[in-house]
Amino acid sequence: MDQFIVQILNGLDKGSAYALIALGLTLIFGTLGVVNFAHGALFMLGSFCAVIMSRILSASHEVAVPGETDFLGNPLTRDQPYVYDWFGEAAGATIVDWAVPISILFAIPVMIGVGFIMERGLIKHFYKRPHADQILVTFALAIVLQEVVKYFFGANPIQTPAPDAFAGSLDFGAWLGFEPRTIMYPYWRLVYFLFAGVIIAAVFGFLQFTTFGMVVRAGMADRETVGMLGIDIDKRFTFMFGLAAAVAGLAGVMYAPIVAPNYHMGMDFLVLSFVVVVVGGMGSLPGAVAAGFLLGILESFASMPWMVDRLPGINQIIIYLVAIIILLTRPRGLMGRKGVMED
Amino acid sequence: MSNSNFTRRGVLKTGAIAGAGLTLPTYLRAQESGFTNAPTGDTVTLGFNVPQSGPYADEGADELRAYELAVEHLNGEGDGGMLNTFSSKALDGTGILGKKVEYVTGDTQTKSDAARASARSMIEKDGAVMITGGSSSGVAVAVQALCQEAGIIFMAGLTHSNDTTGKDRKANGFRHFFNSYMSGAALAPVLASEYGTDRKAYHLTADYNWGYTTEEAVRSSTEAMGWETVNAVKTPLTQTDFSSYISPVLNSGADVLVLNHYGGNMVNSLTNAVQFGLREAEANGKNFEIVVPLYSRLMASGAGANVKGIYGSTNWHWSLQDEGSQAFVKSFGEKYGFPPSQAAHTCYVQTLLYADAVSRAGSFAPCAVGEALEGFEFDGLGNGPTLYRAEDHQCFKDVLVVRGKENPQSEFDLLEVVEVTPVDQVTYAPDHPQMGGADASLGTCNNGA
Repeated sequence: MDQFIVQILNGLDKGSAYALIALGLTLIFGTLGVVNFAHGALFMLGSFCAVIMSRILSASHEVAVPGETDFLGNPLTRDQPYVYDWFGEAAGATIVDWAVPISILFAIPVMIGVGFIMERGLIKHFYKRPHADQILVTFALAIVLQEVVKYFFGANPIQTPAPDAFAGSLDFGAWLGFEPRTIMYPYWRLVYFLFAGVIIAAVFGFLQFTTFGMVVRAGMADRETVGMLGIDIDKRFTFMFGLAAAVAGLAGVMYAPIVAPNYHMGMDFLVLSFVVVVVGGMGSLPGAVAAGFLLGILESFASMPWMVDRLPGINQIIIYLVAIIILLTRPRGLMGRKGVMED
Repeated sequence: MSNSNFTRRGVLKTGAIAGAGLTLPTYLRAQESGFTNAPTGDTVTLGFNVPQSGPYADEGADELRAYELAVEHLNGEGDGGMLNTFSSKALDGTGILGKKVEYVTGDTQTKSDAARASARSMIEKDGAVMITGGSSSGVAVAVQALCQEAGIIFMAGLTHSNDTTGKDRKANGFRHFFNSYMSGAALAPVLASEYGTDRKAYHLTADYNWGYTTEEAVRSSTEAMGWETVNAVKTPLTQTDFSSYISPVLNSGADVLVLNHYGGNMVNSLTNAVQFGLREAEANGKNFEIVVPLYSRLMASGAGANVKGIYGSTNWHWSLQDEGSQAFVKSFGEKYGFPPSQAAHTCYVQTLLYADAVSRAGSFAPCAVGEALEGFEFDGLGNGPTLYRAEDHQCFKDVLVVRGKENPQSEFDLLEVVEVTPVDQVTYAPDHPQMGGADASLGTCNNGA
């Protein structure tokens, strides 16, 4: 029973990341009709926003350490962050420690900007082209983005820790009456899950309860009619692209302490997120969220040693197996609109 | 009316033969020299096959820096580095056998097929007389087999799997880097003295060649010390979040987690293990411990503070105080501004060892070079007295057991050497079961052509 709960918990944070990425993907597909293979790269760029912010906050100058020498025998210097000089050592250390949450403020405008540039600069030229062309160009863009990141940040993962306040684990088992320390769950993963919940609720709230959102939903249902009513739906869809980029970016920022950012992490999530969208139903926002969590939890169960011992490799194929079954039995996905992918 | 000896059929026949000759790979046209890519002018070309893209690109970049430094030193430029401390004095800074050393580079991408393609290109198009480099055992085994077929010497870079000089050993291949068996043999006694002999280990193992041999080596060495292995789980190489693998460890009855992971896998699995509170956990009345059998400084810097106090092994570390290591660190540090990694060290040393063997043999012919390397004993290259064993072309030298440093003084000061395990303790028979047993054979050396 305890392992059951552990794997559900493990699935929740991964499912949160899938759900956030898939939400953006399906938002772009639903509004602009574009299959955006660069969406994983946006997630990766988001996590590098956290890396950049923590480097900015840790920007240092050298201070001599009397009596010590470096590896070449020269006088040793140590790096002292400027924020220590400006705000004092204690406040400076807190600012550096909280780099990842602070990065959210930096990532939102950056990612909206990146999304806007991507859409206006490249993707809008492919609206009327076949899906295959869109996939090729966005996939190429993803490769370019990851190579640019690798050029500046190298190929090795870059450790970007959560604030010390969230460093430990919650003894979930003790809460539920199990033996102490049988079900441990890192605080930051809990934060990630709650953060994902807030972002998902905010996106749904925005689409459901604002006039802008209502117009976008109307545009998703019938673009031509909305256009005929004199509404510049293209401009709103461009904004939605920026919003989807920001959602993916924020998912990446907060994921940085869970998996150390590396240039390839977008690709790792991209394919799985596409499967999530297909399982949830192309263009269906609730479907993307539900399928994200469902597949995250399934993947977590399939990775249990007990499962892998009996069905070797099941952890790597479970998501695709589910996708095959869904496509065979219900091609429009769990919550897809009737007719989508069924012709 | 003119009379010509040319006939249409004759021209076609000659053209076909000439065309076929030109399309033959370079190494098949070198018949007159007796071996593949025999250098003819006043230069000799070496092929540096390193990961310039892909997950080990940072290791590859450091390897390339070391190769450039080695070429500089061989050609008499710079401060000479380890040429000044190397026990053999056959190299004098005038290139190799008087020929200036030039080099070409290839990108292995840490993929066997890409690595073979780039090695083949350097051999066939660029005339490389020796191939060296790499940061993965899968790549090393694949390129070594190619070099064997082509009649080229392969001086392996960073490859730690037993198989490279075990079951997949080749007469034309040589490895300076240590291997999984040596890591297990060096680590086990230190772990037993630090953590006791009554321990239960849980292995997470990268699901490929290197992972298997490392798990096997560490298991057999620790079990011989009295440890019990409660479970060993393979993890996909592409895994980034290890939470599903880490959380069952807490309730498995184990009190030690062994992470047979390298590179990004290790950074992420260790980070996850720390996040899930394994380092603060207690099991079987003991503190829970984590072990990383193969450490590298580049990896340790990726894992940050999580490596503190964690034991592992390494081939070489820049903080070593012997004359050779100091000379290399000085040359490298002054040229690039930071200390070299163990990948850089092994690649630099392999280049010098190759050049030295050619000089002592008086020939670039692979079989002559191989003969000069086989059974060669040397010192002054950073690992103390070392033997290039003839039976399997593996270097035997002391192994370093290291621990993540508690109070690093700089961004490079991440590991501390806790024990230098003497070579006798890590030496094994050439037909050891972990090394392919009695069936493993070098085969015969191939001069190519």
